[in-house]
Amino acid sequence: MYADDATVRPHYSPYAEWLAETPGDRILEKRAEADTLFRRAGITFAVYGDETGTERLIPFDIVPRIIPAGEWSGLQRGLRQRVTALNAFLHDVYHDQEILKAGLIPPEQVLCNVQYRPEMQGLNLPMDVYAHIAGIDLVRAGAGEYYVLEDNLRVPSGVSYMLEDRKAMMRLFPELFARYSVAPVEHYPDLLLETLRAVAPGGVRDPTVVLLTPGAHNSAYFEHAFLAQQMGIELVEGQDLFVDDEVVYMRTTQGPQRVDVIYRRIDDDFLDPLAFRPDSMLGVPGLLAAYRAGRVAISNAVGTGIADDKSTYPYVPEMIRFYLGEEPILANVPTWILRRPEDLAHVLAHLDELVVKEVHGAGGYGMLIGPRASRAEIEAFRERIIADPARYIAQPTLALSACPTFVESGLAPRHVDLRPFVLSGRDIVMVPGGLTRVALRDGSLVVNSSQGGGTKDTWVLAC
Amino acid sequence: MLSRTADHLYWMSRYTERAENLARMLDVNCRMTLLRQEEDVVRRRWTSTLATVGQLEPFLAAHGVVTQASAIDWISFERSNPGSIDQCLDRARDNAHAVRGTLTSETWETLNATWLEIRRFRRDTVSSQAPGDFFEWVKFRSHLARGVIQGTMLQDDALEFTLLGTYLERADNTARILDARFEFLAPEAAKSDDAGDYYEWSALLRSVSAFEIYRKVYRDLITPRRVAELLILREAMPRSLRHCMSRVQQTLVRVANLHSAETQRRAGEIHATLQYGRIEDALEEGLRNYLSGFLERTSDLGARIARDFLVSEATA
Repeated sequence: MYADDATVRPHYSPYAEWLAETPGDRILEKRAEADTLFRRAGITFAVYGDETGTERLIPFDIVPRIIPAGEWSGLQRGLRQRVTALNAFLHDVYHDQEILKAGLIPPEQVLCNVQYRPEMQGLNLPMDVYAHIAGIDLVRAGAGEYYVLEDNLRVPSGVSYMLEDRKAMMRLFPELFARYSVAPVEHYPDLLLETLRAVAPGGVRDPTVVLLTPGAHNSAYFEHAFLAQQMGIELVEGQDLFVDDEVVYMRTTQGPQRVDVIYRRIDDDFLDPLAFRPDSMLGVPGLLAAYRAGRVAISNAVGTGIADDKSTYPYVPEMIRFYLGEEPILANVPTWILRRPEDLAHVLAHLDELVVKEVHGAGGYGMLIGPRASRAEIEAFRERIIADPARYIAQPTLALSACPTFVESGLAPRHVDLRPFVLSGRDIVMVPGGLTRVALRDGSLVVNSSQGGGTKDTWVLAC
Repeated sequence: MLSRTADHLYWMSRYTERAENLARMLDVNCRMTLLRQEEDVVRRRWTSTLATVGQLEPFLAAHGVVTQASAIDWISFERSNPGSIDQCLDRARDNAHAVRGTLTSETWETLNATWLEIRRFRRDTVSSQAPGDFFEWVKFRSHLARGVIQGTMLQDDALEFTLLGTYLERADNTARILDARFEFLAPEAAKSDDAGDYYEWSALLRSVSAFEIYRKVYRDLITPRRVAELLILREAMPRSLRHCMSRVQQTLVRVANLHSAETQRRAGEIHATLQYGRIEDALEEGLRNYLSGFLERTSDLGARIARDFLVSEATA
């Protein structure tokens, strides 16, 4: 919100004026009202390993994060480019592996990765698209350029909060929408449904799309139910589906009904106990065989994890040059790959300055934030790294941009990131904006909801 | 629609309806004890209520002695009692949660708000001082849920299975309420037109919102025979067995599938018995006999509905 010299950045000034005119009581009232809105609607998530608060609200901050139109159009071009390259990479890895042959990525790095699914080798997908839904995490740092923090190509979540945050803001502060021309995001479910229908197996005219959820106890269940409802499709669990002669059916009150597209919100490992983890109670026996036979579409495709793995991430700029012959529009955060001895040596010498992440980790678990860690924590982590360097990457701590946020003591700057959702079907489409996550603890850089992060409405200005 | 979804909707509305009828039963008992407070009468009444809802044994195991406050607390709030109002509302909400995407947001929010709000009541004050407010609140939330369901949900199979649960549960509950009352009445007295204990009967009528209806329909003294007729055979009385079974039968026709013919036939049979039955015959047979036969048949129907349409692991 503020430029270097503590002046208000121009696109925030109508908001700053409004804030100055509005009495403090009213703001407090609105914050309480927001809390009630979210609680009554049951917009909650479950925290793993926390017995007491199995259903918690994600803290919602009433100060919007505002992005000027020009900034967004640059981001949009960058996102389109990146997702195109990532899908090209997935198609290549599961077909001719040109990029490995060209020596740009070490083959063992891909082929020995647990996220690489040999079952996908040689399988042709409609329009060659693998990651139909991509959530790309961006941070803004330093002089205002954006960096890609990570790509989420498996089952990215959070889009329901983007939509609910907007709904809440419009209800709480209609007057603000008169001061700003905010680009709408509410049509996301329509774009998603269109994308899912577009990737149906060939020859299916009016595809039946379902959303496959692990069930009501999953941390993102609210979102699953929300999206299924918004798209008007069935929300199914593994037990609702069965495969007969390589065709997938759901059990209905009128008997079996054929399913053409599965928007799955469960990981590859759990999809089919016959093909992957035999102990999975969430999946559908025989699903992979039906998928390989081209009788059902699974979205995102099986095996997309190889492209969003943190060990693959450093190579994305190369992918963009290799497949598209373009220079990357969005920069990567500089990354040390600890399987490389020279990178490892550098990182071990600078652990107190760096962020070290597990390559397969997600949700902010299993990472070291050097500048905030104690001596003992750093030494403990050092041992883990030395034991298995290939499991880790390291990045510098960026001077992340902050956005004013209401905390106990009033308005204070807190670090934010941005996750836009990019849909790839017949075309690549996205709604302007995304989910802004905010680290509510002072100085914290971790925005994950599982680590006490909150969300904000994201306003991309229409002009 | 998905069988599992139908199952959740069906149980969501059964538990909501059950919570409402438990509140009704408790309410009438509390009103009655305002009239007659002899200790053994009060104890007998609450013992019978606990038996009616099938909770006497677990209650005695936990408490030993029946008192009004402990019985109200047990049926209203006891978490270890799966049949308490608290647990019914909890399960109604759990079932709604599992299919929140199928419900309109108003419906889900209503059930979720009920589940959140029950914590507002302080257990100790409700059971010892002002239970009436709590029972009113339970009834009100159930009315609200039903109104929101009928006022906002698309009229498709989801609504059909929701209503199916409501009416089957209501038929069962009305039969139990009647049965409990007739337990204290000699068969001869039941057949007579003697007004008997006016307050007992008016309290029973009030518990099923039928006091004014009775006045309107009969314009006469309250007698057990007419009370039985009203609550069993009157089509126009929304809580009567006949009305409920008529709705159940119609719903089963609309959701029929390839396997459900026998279930549909049995529902039709139960309904026909009510439609063409005479209260004199029921009283001749003995009302308690008649009602327990009815409860057996509706429970069989519930099992068949589960098998034909829903998920088999459903438990009552």
